[in-house]
Amino acid sequence: MTPNTADRTRRGRPAHSHAQPPPPRKARGTFGTRLDMKTSPYLYVAPFFVIFLIFQLYPLVYTFWVSLHNQPLGGEGEFVGADNFTALMKDEQFWNSVYNTLGIFVVSTVPQLLIGLYLANALNRKLRGRGFFRMTMAVPIITSTAAVAIIFGQIYNRDFGIANWVLGWFGVENIDWRATKWASWIAISTMVDWRWTGYNTLIYLASMQSIPKDLYESAALDGASARRQFWQITVPMLRPTIIFTVIISTIGGLQLFAEPLMFSSGSGNYTGGTLRQYQTVTMYLFENMFTRFNLGYAATVAWALFLLIVIVAFINYLLTRRIGSAK
Amino acid sequence: MARKPKAEGAASRLWKASPLTFVTLIAAAIVSFFPFYWMVVIASRTNDAIGSVPPPLTPGGNLFDNIGRVLDNENAAFVTGLTNSLIISTVVTVAVVFFSSLAGFAFAKLRFRGQNAMLLIILATMMVPVQLGLIPLYQMMVKFGWQNQLQAVIVPSLVSAWGVFMMRQYVSQTVPDELIEASRVDGASTWRIYWSIVMPALRPAAAVLGLFIFMQTWNDFLWPLTVLQDPANPTVQISLRSLNQAYYTDYSQVFAGTALATVPLAIVFILFGRQIISGIMEGAVKA
Repeated sequence: MTPNTADRTRRGRPAHSHAQPPPPRKARGTFGTRLDMKTSPYLYVAPFFVIFLIFQLYPLVYTFWVSLHNQPLGGEGEFVGADNFTALMKDEQFWNSVYNTLGIFVVSTVPQLLIGLYLANALNRKLRGRGFFRMTMAVPIITSTAAVAIIFGQIYNRDFGIANWVLGWFGVENIDWRATKWASWIAISTMVDWRWTGYNTLIYLASMQSIPKDLYESAALDGASARRQFWQITVPMLRPTIIFTVIISTIGGLQLFAEPLMFSSGSGNYTGGTLRQYQTVTMYLFENMFTRFNLGYAATVAWALFLLIVIVAFINYLLTRRIGSAK
Repeated sequence: MARKPKAEGAASRLWKASPLTFVTLIAAAIVSFFPFYWMVVIASRTNDAIGSVPPPLTPGGNLFDNIGRVLDNENAAFVTGLTNSLIISTVVTVAVVFFSSLAGFAFAKLRFRGQNAMLLIILATMMVPVQLGLIPLYQMMVKFGWQNQLQAVIVPSLVSAWGVFMMRQYVSQTVPDELIEASRVDGASTWRIYWSIVMPALRPAAAVLGLFIFMQTWNDFLWPLTVLQDPANPTVQISLRSLNQAYYTDYSQVFAGTALATVPLAIVFILFGRQIISGIMEGAVKA
């Protein structure tokens, strides 16, 4: 759609070009015009910037100040320096939530991106009903995470969910999906993957379509199989896109909250199961905020989450950067 | 992986889908649609039927009965939730699109002091998780006395750094500098340039931005959960949470609510699916 609109505006130009012959005069000089040129930019940016500053940027920075306090919910805080940070480093419940978050992240993201890549490759060929298949990829995106968690929560019901019913055909005993780390991680990962695989597929597909066809043609002439072409042409050419999706998935995946929260129906709440099997970092943040009413400590958890995202995103960047360059 | 015989030079052959590819895609399509179908199955059954093994696999006749129970459930305040979500999402969408296009235009085509520094700050915050600012923002809402009120959800979302950035990119790519110069020489004011040149050129991108902001706001969970603690004045997602918390054994009712909460977005998708897909594929969009 980009080139089209560009054309349209360019075609619209002749209407204005009658003003072209006289050399560009310096701004018409009237007071009004100068005032307009001087103040307009600020006026146009101002509504955005004022709200952005107060409600989006300031809280980000102020979190650090809160984390240096022993700050109860509603009440005066007491400055405690780095105490919250030292406490957090020794907090086993915090590290458990980090472990869960990273575990679910790996279990969900690796298959999600691989399947996305595979489906994109499948969609990138001559195919009847291409538009329909593309649509099926996008449709899960419209559901809210709360809705996804409710639907899958029922599917993973221990006694009469269809997940266990289907597994029963293969002789698997009913699994209590909420009871153990691995079972709950897998269940939550399928929710994440159901919603996001198609999104990644479409991003990969868009990128695949821009790979020049003659690359494949000459490879085919050299006798390279479809599989070889995929690994030696498609994947390396996709590297920037793969890095993009990995970074986006890292940022989103480590913030995981609604799915595990809603997975524990009833009393479970922010703890993510009775034994904190699937409590993520954001859930731990909420627990400190609304169950323990300790805002200072919750702010410290928020900082730790941010650092975790930065570190993992950086590691993942280093890992994916090597794609296709090794061989 | 679909293994294909070595392509004998014919490039068109290379791109044909094998039957296996086709089957895979059909399987993927079924997986995509199944949870929606399942939502309808459970929402239209009685709890007795749902609890039986093997589970019922087709819709039953209790849909309206179950919907009625959700709407009458005072603890979930579902009607209030739906109305609130509609108000919030509409206001936020209109505001974000308008403010983003204004600021995006200024960043792309106007010169002013501090421009680059401002843009840098915007870019830097785009990747920061909302959790980081959650606590101070919550304290602010308490101070303003906005807790449990819609403006607590609306006002902080009125602008979007991502929206400004997207609009800036689009304006710099589609509106040529000479066009703006020429209109200036003709004596057009900045507002006139924005209104009659930039806005019309921006329309496709504004539509995509609006769609995604609407979906994002409708589905938002974290912030409404933080600031709308009073179950009597929720957004629809928070209604779902209340339902799931208190009535988790009453699947038919919870699912009827889930279906109701999904219908508006299903309509959006039916009407604007193409734009949503192209928005994702242009990579301009996070959902």
